[in-house]
Amino acid sequence: MSTPRKQVILGAYLGGVNHHTAWWHPEAGSQIDFSSFEHTARTAERGKFDFFFLAEGLILRERAGQIFDQDIIGRPDTFGVLAAIASVTEHLGLAGTVNATFNEPYELARQFATLDHLSGGRAAWNVVTSFDAFTGQNFRRGGFLDPSDRYVRAEETLRAVRALWDSWNADDIVADKDSGRFLARPDAGSFEFRGRQFDISGRFTVPRSPQGRPVILQAGVSPQGRDFAAANADAIFSPYGKLREAADFYRDIKSRAVAAGRSPDDIKILPSASFVLGDTDAEAIEKYRAIRDEQVTGQTALILLEQIWNRDLSGYDPEGPVPDVEPEPDAPPFIQGRAFLHQDRFATVKRLREVSEAKKLTLRETVIDQFERGPIVGTPARVAEKIDDFVNSDGSDGFILGSHLVPTGLDEFVDRVVPLLQDRGALRTEYTGTTLRDNLGLPGLRSAAVPVDA
Amino acid sequence: MAPNPLHLGVALDGAGWHPAAWRAPNSRPTELFSARYWTDVVATAERGLLDFVTIEDSLRVPGPLHARGDDAVDQVRARLDAHLIAATLAPLTHHIGLIPTVTTTHTEPFHVSTAIATLDYTSRGRAGWQVRVSAGAEEAQHFGRREITDPTPAEFAALIATGELPGHAEALFEEATDAVEVVRRLWDSWEDDAEIRDVATRRFIDRDKLHYIDFEGRFFRVRGPAITPRPPQGQPVITALGHAPRIYEFAATAADLVFVTPTREHGPAQILRQIATAGASRVGEPLRVYADLVVFLDTDDDTGAQRLARLNDQSGAEFSSDAAVFTGSAEEIADLLADWNTQGVDGFRLRPGVAVDDLAAIAGRLVPALQHRGAFRTSYPEGSLRGLLGLSTTVPNRYARV
Repeated sequence: MSTPRKQVILGAYLGGVNHHTAWWHPEAGSQIDFSSFEHTARTAERGKFDFFFLAEGLILRERAGQIFDQDIIGRPDTFGVLAAIASVTEHLGLAGTVNATFNEPYELARQFATLDHLSGGRAAWNVVTSFDAFTGQNFRRGGFLDPSDRYVRAEETLRAVRALWDSWNADDIVADKDSGRFLARPDAGSFEFRGRQFDISGRFTVPRSPQGRPVILQAGVSPQGRDFAAANADAIFSPYGKLREAADFYRDIKSRAVAAGRSPDDIKILPSASFVLGDTDAEAIEKYRAIRDEQVTGQTALILLEQIWNRDLSGYDPEGPVPDVEPEPDAPPFIQGRAFLHQDRFATVKRLREVSEAKKLTLRETVIDQFERGPIVGTPARVAEKIDDFVNSDGSDGFILGSHLVPTGLDEFVDRVVPLLQDRGALRTEYTGTTLRDNLGLPGLRSAAVPVDA
Repeated sequence: MAPNPLHLGVALDGAGWHPAAWRAPNSRPTELFSARYWTDVVATAERGLLDFVTIEDSLRVPGPLHARGDDAVDQVRARLDAHLIAATLAPLTHHIGLIPTVTTTHTEPFHVSTAIATLDYTSRGRAGWQVRVSAGAEEAQHFGRREITDPTPAEFAALIATGELPGHAEALFEEATDAVEVVRRLWDSWEDDAEIRDVATRRFIDRDKLHYIDFEGRFFRVRGPAITPRPPQGQPVITALGHAPRIYEFAATAADLVFVTPTREHGPAQILRQIATAGASRVGEPLRVYADLVVFLDTDDDTGAQRLARLNDQSGAEFSSDAAVFTGSAEEIADLLADWNTQGVDGFRLRPGVAVDDLAAIAGRLVPALQHRGAFRTSYPEGSLRGLLGLSTTVPNRYARV
């Protein structure tokens, strides 16, 4: 007996600020002009994607105390770009990473609720926190967190933001010209929130937005992160591109959601992935290898390893073995401002050495092998099949797709793979809902007075 | 056209500046929180060839100032974030300047810098910033990080009479001065040609053309550089509203444009003298002075005075404003603008009493009247907001080595 066909959720991101994006490619365009963002977003909407996703950076990265000059550097404001994209699209969800450490709940709630109004119910917030003193140098609080406090801060921020969003009922605005009554009740927007991080009260300026609460995205692989996301998020980023690990993660998150009193369908699981297409599988693989060789040069490989070793490795030969020196976990950070974190450097180094040894790989090849993010490679039919199968096997509920080529990289996917996904019945041919929440198949929120921790 | 044409922008605030504006027959109060309303209103302003729109904002619910316990339900007691309204308008407009209000007291200058720089990218060189401090206790309690007291009635009286700010407000303006300095430095922290995309060396940028700003002041420290490359205008246009010599000093230090509020009775002469004094040590281009006026203009159906009277009836109170209130015909206000322009006011920011009606009258009646006198342009020139306002369009970068 066949199960009902699961619909594939698709997000699109515009690549940047890392070695995955081929800025040196002859067709590569601007990473900062709005036209690049507009093109990618319009393409995603043409392909009936659920949302467009923007990552965030709050400080330029450094290597050995100098601004790192080899990856893409420079990006615009998340809110500003998403609001502008709202004007040039109709259905596409607008998801932004915004840090809860360097923003206060009142402003966060206000900006996301405003984006939700201006886009007609398409806003989503990827909640992240920073415990990084380096990033704090650009903010007046200079604030950063002890790593153990990051979920406390995130959870409390989210609760405070929800309290603000819930401070308006959907029917609070009467705006009856004849009677002269604008508000249904005098205290619309009143709130009070007291916790360890925040002690705030007053009145929230933004009426209840079309989605009631913008969609919440989260990342997290630690047990604490998983619990947090399972209890609070509408979608979680999965770091797993291989089916077995991915399916384990999927089952785990859905069961944690159930344990938190939710339905498994209330949280969607989305790995990010890149794709490479060819007219034959062999051609696609060849193309992928060529791109990868351009992305992971010897220099790039050494820099990626410097994050793990936390020391200058520029003297090592990328075509030679993995460095034989030990990491320096207690030295000041050699590379600053990267999100990539290694909990146990020694274990990672040991694994890299074993892989290098077992597979007879050079330093650079080892990096390619170990840092690969599971790209989806093949003919359009093969890629459609892989995506559909992965989702149908409960490896995820969909994918967040990026291309190495900005801004036109997604065109090929939408032109060649999307119709095949639609033929398979795995992807909508028209948008059905009016809000992002609808399109994602998330339960709707009834207007008002939803308990904050329901 | 006259050699020194007058400049004309409008200030948008919800349904209009009259508290009962939302009840006017053409007002669309249920749409105040939709993109369509703002798009329509700004399209009218752009049809009128206006220099810019400013979008009002604060971190408190608009309406009466009584904060907690206030039970007014007959006014628009809600608003959206002005920066995001401007960001939404950017791709849908082509010539008009977009100047959202963004506060400095609780907001991070690093975020403000990124936001306005991005607006400059999405609008292709039409971004500005109206700086506002949050002087009230209510806004501070929304953040819970610091206590700010409301001015006492005596302090408020002193402010009106002598322009003297209460002690805590003085600190807020010092902080705002620092915030603007940080924002401006961040805009300059990338040289214009920092992105090199040198394939041979794999260097995306020339890091010697990026600069730490290392700002350290009484209120915060910010290291920089910006994450956003230098915006198209180099330095987007910074504006502030002022009613007192201390704020004129702030504007002379920090802003390109100051909005002021001369009365009909006294005209702008005294304010212009105060600004000249406040800006005595200003370097670079002179501070441009724009007079604010709340306007209720004659329409086909009613005079401006009749419209105002009806709104006053509906709100149950005589309308009052910090700015002069004008009622009358397009020709009459054109006379007033021409007169103040002759006295040294560079431009005007009209505050429509009712957004839809008065904006239509500004674009459809006042602008043609000014054009008829040769006092206003008949089409938009190509270029940036700075260019439109007559500000220098080549802005030196303080960090660039010559």
